[in-house]
Amino acid sequence: MTDMTNRSAGKSNAEHISAGLARRHRKESILKGFGIAAISFAFLILGILLMTLVSTGYKAFTQTHLTIDVYVDPDVITRDALPRGAFDDLLENTLVEEFPDVDSSQDRRALLRIFSNGAQFTLRDRVVENPDLIGQTVSLNVPVADNFDQLNKDLISRDTPEEFRRLSDQEIAWFDALDEAGMISNPINFGLLTNADSRFPELAGLKGALVGSFWALLTCFLISFPVGIGAAIYLEEFAPKNKISDIIEVNINNLAAVPSVVFGLLALAVFIGWFGMPRSAPFVGGLTLALMTMPTIIIATRAALKSVPPSIREAAMGLGASRQQVVFQHVVPLAMPGILTGTIIGLAQALGETAPLLLIGMNAFITSAPSGPFDSATALPTQIFIWADSPERGFVSRTSAAILVLLAFLAFMNGIAIYLRQKFQRKW
Amino acid sequence: MNDMTKVERDLNMSDAKIEARGVNLHYGTNHALKDVSIEIADRTVTSFIGPSGCGKSSFLRCLNRMNDTIDICRVTGQIMLDGQDINAASVDPVQLRAQIGMVFQKPNPFPKSIYDNVAYGPKIHGLAKSKADMDAIVEKALRRAAIWDEVKDRLHEPGTGLSGGQQQRLCIARAIATEPEVLLMDEPCSALDPIATAQVEELIDELRRDYAVVIVTHSMQQAARVSQKTAFFHLGHLVEFGDTGRLFTTPNDPRTESYLTGRIG
Amino acid sequence: MTTFAFALLFAASVFGYAWNRQAASSLRNDGQRLHSLSGFHGLYSFLCVSIPVFVLILVWLVFQGSVIDWLVTAPIAPENYATLETGPKQLVLAEIKSIAGGRIFGTPEDWKLAAAERLIQLRTMSAWLLLAAVFALAVTQVLRARRRVDADFRARQGAERMILGLIQFCAIFAVFVTVGIVFSLTFETIKFFRMVPPLEFLFGLNWEPQIPIRADQIAGAGAFGWLPVIVGTMVITVIAILVAVPTGLLTAIYLNEFASSRARAIIKPILEILSGIPTIVYGFFAVLVVAPAMRQFGADLGIAISPNTALAAGSVMGVMLIPFISSFADDALSAVPQSLRDGALALGATRGETMLSVLFPAAIPGIVGGVLLAVSRAIGETMIVVMAAGLIANMTLNPLDSVTTVTVQIVTLLIGDTSFDNPKTLAAFALGMMLFLVTLVINIFALRIVRKYREIYD
Repeated sequence: MTDMTNRSAGKSNAEHISAGLARRHRKESILKGFGIAAISFAFLILGILLMTLVSTGYKAFTQTHLTIDVYVDPDVITRDALPRGAFDDLLENTLVEEFPDVDSSQDRRALLRIFSNGAQFTLRDRVVENPDLIGQTVSLNVPVADNFDQLNKDLISRDTPEEFRRLSDQEIAWFDALDEAGMISNPINFGLLTNADSRFPELAGLKGALVGSFWALLTCFLISFPVGIGAAIYLEEFAPKNKISDIIEVNINNLAAVPSVVFGLLALAVFIGWFGMPRSAPFVGGLTLALMTMPTIIIATRAALKSVPPSIREAAMGLGASRQQVVFQHVVPLAMPGILTGTIIGLAQALGETAPLLLIGMNAFITSAPSGPFDSATALPTQIFIWADSPERGFVSRTSAAILVLLAFLAFMNGIAIYLRQKFQRKW
Repeated sequence: MNDMTKVERDLNMSDAKIEARGVNLHYGTNHALKDVSIEIADRTVTSFIGPSGCGKSSFLRCLNRMNDTIDICRVTGQIMLDGQDINAASVDPVQLRAQIGMVFQKPNPFPKSIYDNVAYGPKIHGLAKSKADMDAIVEKALRRAAIWDEVKDRLHEPGTGLSGGQQQRLCIARAIATEPEVLLMDEPCSALDPIATAQVEELIDELRRDYAVVIVTHSMQQAARVSQKTAFFHLGHLVEFGDTGRLFTTPNDPRTESYLTGRIG
Repeated sequence: MTTFAFALLFAASVFGYAWNRQAASSLRNDGQRLHSLSGFHGLYSFLCVSIPVFVLILVWLVFQGSVIDWLVTAPIAPENYATLETGPKQLVLAEIKSIAGGRIFGTPEDWKLAAAERLIQLRTMSAWLLLAAVFALAVTQVLRARRRVDADFRARQGAERMILGLIQFCAIFAVFVTVGIVFSLTFETIKFFRMVPPLEFLFGLNWEPQIPIRADQIAGAGAFGWLPVIVGTMVITVIAILVAVPTGLLTAIYLNEFASSRARAIIKPILEILSGIPTIVYGFFAVLVVAPAMRQFGADLGIAISPNTALAAGSVMGVMLIPFISSFADDALSAVPQSLRDGALALGATRGETMLSVLFPAAIPGIVGGVLLAVSRAIGETMIVVMAAGLIANMTLNPLDSVTTVTVQIVTLLIGDTSFDNPKTLAAFALGMMLFLVTLVINIFALRIVRKYREIYD
């Protein structure tokens, strides 16, 4: 092997290499392009998802209302039989006064359907509360029925031929007349948050679901937080390195990956079947969610404990503190931001969890908010499931709106977690 | 340039393989190399010595633009390879690195077979026209790295299964398989035992016949044993550069003397 | 009443704390050298009181319902209650409870009224008994703890032993959960296999869990062969993985090798949003957007695509898994030592070549672990398929058909009223058992691979 041969080999290699360079860089660009394409795909789907939710959901944040003066006719409503009075007749008469040419009883009933089904009860409740209103004129501001709400929001097109439309030409004409009279308004729909569930989309709200989710999350927190932290502290700081600790460790890691529906089966069989706890109760839901959240909290807490440097432990230990004093007075407080962050993220996951709640019956149709954790209730995600499954068109936008509410809560919780992480993050 | 005044002028300019002028290097706000100028001769072993953190490894990584892979790293000044600026926009670092091989502090064989480790460079650069061609390249590289006899029967076993010294020689074989013109070695023996070190040092001496070898070392004895030229770095400055024998016996700069006698470092 | 019991628990614990602490302090003021600080004497008493009383209340609450039910129904004439099926039994009990709650519909039989009367009495009695028991136990414990206050008493060790026991119990609780899952699933599955032979379940080709309402109905004899269900699950899982793995891996490769740190700081949180969205939202998205779009697309091409096609459910599930795979792969790639990357680059490899021929192969074990975990997630994922996949078990591999999955069947079989004695309900538990076992095996395997992989480079 002489110097000459090597050198000449080197030279020809250099030419060889530069010849292939363009092709190799092209390959690299292709790989890069694929990567960008993959990320764009994910972003695109996320974008479409959010856009769809907002574009279908925002319409449910307002609700078409009809404002009308109702004369509480003493001939129709009497003091003796107030709650069972024929308030629907009252409303019907009022509308017929607006449209004097309507006379057949069929048309009169059709006219009444402009009102939401809840209108008569709103009126009834006001009169029951204050019976002096009988004989007077009451100004009533109530939601219109779903179909008219959709008409007002252009979700029902006037251009559709009548036979394919859910509203007849006559009904549209009535509605337009009311609109022209300035009786139709479209204010912000507070009912979405303050009403409980209903079969009628225009009346359905999330109050029951919000309260139910609140009780379930509270239960979940009260159980999973102390137990999870306790378990993590034991495993990280006190557990001897032996077979039993290994089993517990493997067990917790696996538990974190068990499908959520299996926890639902557990809850159904054990809590409801064996312990006889009530179905559909947020307490049972919270208990189930706690079992699922616990592994998340344990894993996050252990990571937080691990990140506290041993020097802190040694310093405290050197001053004669007992092991528990070291852990509870020094390590745990320092790890607290990490623990809280993990807990909030775990709770946010629990808030969005649906399947186990379905199995314990938290998808019941309940028209009042629960007054405690043992009452039947729905939760936000199960309410979304119920609405998504409902055939009425009005529930489509309600479902999107409910999802937006749920996502807002999740964003809020994760925001707190991120804030905690950034504010208290320590570099050791 | 202040530090360069004492650099011997007897270098044969035409023989310079690499010529660096006024190289400065910043890691973020840290000024790691200050105005370094040096000429590295072909077919010579040049060693960089100095206390840790003096910038010798950073400078080595400038020579094949490995610092490009570090986001916060900024290099200014001129480094010429055969009279061409390696930092010029027209120079592709990929091609540059094929011309300038590098061996690292810790042996880093890929988790592949011994054969695939050595064949990796030629393969990506398309240097072999056929399987037989490739076999020949691999054998030649392994022979020159003086490891052929030890591995010829197990070419298809993982390279990570070799001993530390063997792994390092495998990495050298991998580096020379692409027929580079310069070989950079970043403390190649620091992770090796004395016997393996001796083998690698012997190999470096062999390689001098074909390549310009630049070796960073923390061991003055090693520098004295293997290199013909030595550069002493201190706090980012190139303090002194010259023939190894001369620099070790009669250093010109008091800092060099302090280092050689163990007062700094 | 329960609230009152908890208030009593709290008050007694705090009282015990204060009393013991004060006693210990006065010992010290008398000039004795205490072994433990007075605070620990207080803590000792606090724990001595609160732990047993809390356990008492919990046990009471868990069992009082069943015991009261039993006491209420025991005196009822057997033909009215004891001989009935489970379903009617529950109805009777529910009616008695609603009568007791003051909601009377129609005119109930006398024995129901009597039972309701008993129920009210028993409930009141139980509440008072609980209070009495809590009070007695709390007083005993406070006194016992107080008696132990002494200069030599090692209150700190005593309290710390109790705390250790407490957190030890917390750790073991997680094992109880697993045991509970295994036990309850096994129990119900065995009941199921008494009605449906295991061989029929495991190898049957028909899944028609409808149970005839009347004995003479021919319509649904009920067939419980789970093969079409598991085939459907696999079809959807495969689609999801086909969407998620390439996208996720390419995302990770880009983030790991090509993206600037600024781009990373923007891209990663957005991907995390994708993984933070609840699955029910994805399900709604699949129904509202993806499935109709695919149907329209199919119609344009002249292909009939069913409204709840496996493709829609699977691909939406795939999108859900993208961030899961990408973060796993990103971690695995980052775990490959820098020296390997440097080695390849120094040989003149481009970044792409470094990634594909060195880093990626080195990270494969970690990535495989992540993909397996994703498979297990896809199999166990419920809401997307409940909303977007079908209910009928078709034995087909065609992704454009409608298929059903294990989780869909579990949910549909258990939604609504359930009683634990008909094969329809129990079948859900048998499916749950299979689901649990399959995912468990995959998880253990995957977690082991991931752990081994971490050990290589640590």
